[in-house]
Amino acid sequence: MEFDLWAQLPSVLPEIGLTALAIVVLFADCYGSQATRRNVVYISAVSMALLALVPLIWLPDPALYENGALLWGGMVNYDPLAQIFKVMLLLGGAVTCVLAAGDKGVGDKGEFYLIVIVATLGGMMMSSASDLILVFVALETLSIPLYMLASFRRGDQRSAESGMKYFLYGAFASAIMLFGFSLLYGFTGTTNLAAIADSMNSLGDGLVAVMAALVMVVLGFGFKIGAVPFHFWTPDVYEGAPTPVTAFVSVSSKAASFALLLRFMTAVFPADLVIAGVVIQDFWINLLVVISIISMSLGNIVALRQTNIKRLLAYSSIAQAGYTLIGVAALQGENPDLAVASVSFYMFMYIFTNLLVFGGAILFIAKTDSEEISDLAGLNRRSPWLALFMTIGLLSLGGIPPTAGFFGKFFLFQAAVNANLVGLALIAVTNAIIALYYYLVVIKVMYVDVGPDDDVAIGIPRVYGWSLGITALVVILLGTIIVTPIYNWATLGAAGL
Amino acid sequence: MEATGFSILTAIISIPLIAGVVILFLDGKNRDLVRGVGITAASAVLALSLAVFFGYDNFVKTSGGLVEQQMSMLAAGGQLSGTQMFADALAFEQRVIWVESLGIAYHVGVDGVSAPMVLLTGMVAVAGVLISWNITDRLREFMAFFMFLVAGVFGVFIAVDLFMLFFFYELAIFPMYLLIAGWGWVKLREYAAMKLTLYILVGSVFALVGAVAMYFVAGSYFSGPGAEVLQAAIASGILPADSGAYSWSIVQLTLAAENGAYAIDILGIEGLSFAKFWFPFMFMGFGVLAGVFPFHNWSPDGHVAAPTAVSMIHAGVLMKVGAFAALRAGVQLLAEGADAHLPWMVFLTLINVVYGALIAFRQRDFKYVIGFSSVSHMGLVSMGWATMNLTGMTGAGIQMFSHGAMTALFFGVVGMVYDRAHTRDIPSLGGFMKVMPWVGIAFVIGGLTSMGMPGLSGFIAEFPIFQGMWAASEQITLQLGIFELSNYYSVLVIISALGIVITAAYVLRVAGQVFFGEFDAARFHDVGNIEMTDRIVLIILGAPLIILGLYPPIMAPMIESGIRPLIALLGGG
Repeated sequence: MEFDLWAQLPSVLPEIGLTALAIVVLFADCYGSQATRRNVVYISAVSMALLALVPLIWLPDPALYENGALLWGGMVNYDPLAQIFKVMLLLGGAVTCVLAAGDKGVGDKGEFYLIVIVATLGGMMMSSASDLILVFVALETLSIPLYMLASFRRGDQRSAESGMKYFLYGAFASAIMLFGFSLLYGFTGTTNLAAIADSMNSLGDGLVAVMAALVMVVLGFGFKIGAVPFHFWTPDVYEGAPTPVTAFVSVSSKAASFALLLRFMTAVFPADLVIAGVVIQDFWINLLVVISIISMSLGNIVALRQTNIKRLLAYSSIAQAGYTLIGVAALQGENPDLAVASVSFYMFMYIFTNLLVFGGAILFIAKTDSEEISDLAGLNRRSPWLALFMTIGLLSLGGIPPTAGFFGKFFLFQAAVNANLVGLALIAVTNAIIALYYYLVVIKVMYVDVGPDDDVAIGIPRVYGWSLGITALVVILLGTIIVTPIYNWATLGAAGL
Repeated sequence: MEATGFSILTAIISIPLIAGVVILFLDGKNRDLVRGVGITAASAVLALSLAVFFGYDNFVKTSGGLVEQQMSMLAAGGQLSGTQMFADALAFEQRVIWVESLGIAYHVGVDGVSAPMVLLTGMVAVAGVLISWNITDRLREFMAFFMFLVAGVFGVFIAVDLFMLFFFYELAIFPMYLLIAGWGWVKLREYAAMKLTLYILVGSVFALVGAVAMYFVAGSYFSGPGAEVLQAAIASGILPADSGAYSWSIVQLTLAAENGAYAIDILGIEGLSFAKFWFPFMFMGFGVLAGVFPFHNWSPDGHVAAPTAVSMIHAGVLMKVGAFAALRAGVQLLAEGADAHLPWMVFLTLINVVYGALIAFRQRDFKYVIGFSSVSHMGLVSMGWATMNLTGMTGAGIQMFSHGAMTALFFGVVGMVYDRAHTRDIPSLGGFMKVMPWVGIAFVIGGLTSMGMPGLSGFIAEFPIFQGMWAASEQITLQLGIFELSNYYSVLVIISALGIVITAAYVLRVAGQVFFGEFDAARFHDVGNIEMTDRIVLIILGAPLIILGLYPPIMAPMIESGIRPLIALLGGG
């Protein structure tokens, strides 16, 4: 095929823009004046928000993605799935920048924004990668900046410990995943995801080896999304890392990993892959169902006992990963559109929801220097808006209308029922109730309990308040009137898989 | 009826929603402004719900109206289409596509069962705002959450889309949690609020999974064997022209039910049809909120712990939301399951009636008496559903309205007494008739209603329920293994009539001890009469009890017209 630059450029345009932005931020931080350096946060945030428009302007070409045509020498697949995840990652990055702005020791350092930009770049590459090499490069482009971020407060022991833990676990998981990739390459002699499936289909035997590769890959993904039993890093890293970093880790890495998980599983281990009479899809679906159930249950039950807000959110995020895996497991249904759409929509709303909750937590922790849930007592009196924003976020995590979480959970359950996973759906709704308990406890503490500093008002800086307010509004809108366009968009995502 | 443009019902949901948001943005210190916005919104909603009620009344009763249509259909005989009757009965409809690819629509409308409920909600909304007039602690948040609660409750009653029903159902629960936990009775509120929320949500999410399953079964039916049924329904105007095979419309799901889409066997078990399997989930899932035994446990604690306005809306309206949703999503959509399960579930409702009354009799706390009496009276509603005939179900429909107004009145009375006497311990109260004659009279009216005194609405409600039970007794049998139980409904009526006697006993006991007897002037020296706002509350809630009692045709034909489609769906004549 003739190489047509203009046809292929849109697929990586936001990535190019982000790379340029990284360079600009780097120079502005190193050589800029005092005022420029202060404004790095706005440069980053606004540029990322604007870059989120790029995939909306240069749309994926249906003629290409519906035929499985790849771009850039078979490295990149630009389809609606990649598009929606790129947009959400960029928006997530932009919101993270604003939320970090006031944080001492984090937001006042220019390199923080640089690292966030590079990590987002990695996440975006993950969402469109269609080659083992690029998959791994993208994974590491996302992961390594996150290790750095976790230990960003160098002087703080907890932060350093958190970074070290994250790095050790992450390096371990990456190595195993890479070993799985090498097995896949070994059987098939190709690194292209779709081609791997084709040549495995003609393999005829080697079931054990393929299974081994599959398990290793799932393990790597399990680590990235923080699912049980690969979750051990989550609470410690969440607790130790600076709060804006925790917010970023909890959304971006998870969203990008789910995008890749959807693409990887459907491309490499599709439904028609049968080796030695064993349908490989059945195996990994069952594996994901089991991981999903234990992630939800363990995450929620352990979260019940937490007294630290960041640890609570860490366990809640483990449970949320479990819910989202329901959508991936539902790929086995007759109608994978519903499954793909449910995962995309869930991640879309999860980014805003979690950033909203963490945004509230960042401000609270910065002002009071406490991470204990009991110290949130009387927040409604101290700062009614902050309490309201956090409440909206927590309700969305709990899946209560009119917030986005209600639709997010509903789409997942619907996909599960459609895929004949009614049992899984029932376990999930039971879990949703358990989860609601601890979210409600936090809300109760904010609205009902009386704290010692009840009269000390907590002020919200203006820009911060606006960005929280807009995020809260997005969470409400996603649960009411803009649910249709976003869901329809998410439904398109299946077309390219 | 055709889906039309803007509906008055949309205004009814959006006014409290908008008012709630506006109140959140007001200055919390300016209490008069907050109250003003609150009472304006509530009064507007009451006026609109009166318009809906009487508009629907007119729609039912005019010559050529709904009743005459139904009568001529009945007279024509033959197989009646329940779906057709249900679709014809809907009025004030508005339909806007929400999530097109999934067949979710914002679709509102009222029928004969929901129109009185809309009126009831409007009444309790105004009463709730008025009785919270003197709240000083974070009035702004209180009023805003109360408005959200009211909007959620309205949404459930007027939903013609099953998804929307769930949406509003869960929307109502959260503000209720905060209202109870934040403004309730200090000793109990956190425990009670959490208990209530979890109970109700557990029920509703299980029902939600059932509803999703129902949606897919109906969808695959309409895209396969039932495609012609769908086309015929669209052609005859029962369904809008843009209806897809997969839809959450209650009309369309009812159509699937009537054509046997839910009769398929599931789990590979012979005789276990889809409808039979999911009916307990749907009926009990919502029945939790109606206080059906053994899931009634949240209710007394919840009512007692809640601030007065919330107790009123909670016992008065929300329990009806549960009973109503159980009827809509359970009995109407899974009629085959209702036929199979209600004959044994009726025993649970009997326990509600008798056991609730017995416990109420034993309480020392004034508010607990009312809380358990709600459990007892709501049992009568479920018992009415279980008769599965026109008389009994109509009685249950009237009971929903009657009990709603009555129990809201009771909680209002308790609140007024407690606010002034600072105790609810029955033995230590006494002689309050002297200082609060209005409250005493209101209690007596409510009490007489609750024991079914002719001339008050309780009689109009309870008598048909019992009559329906007798009538059903001949028809319904219950197969228990090799035993067959027949004619047992009549026995149940006799036992449940006992519940009425116990009701009379506890009402008289409370009236005697609290409002008559010795007045402890030394202890209650600062207890004075009630204010104007409180009087309005008593009138708004008390007057309908008398009006309905003296002139039942104001509501009975309407509810009958709403029940007839259900009877056709249940396979009765």
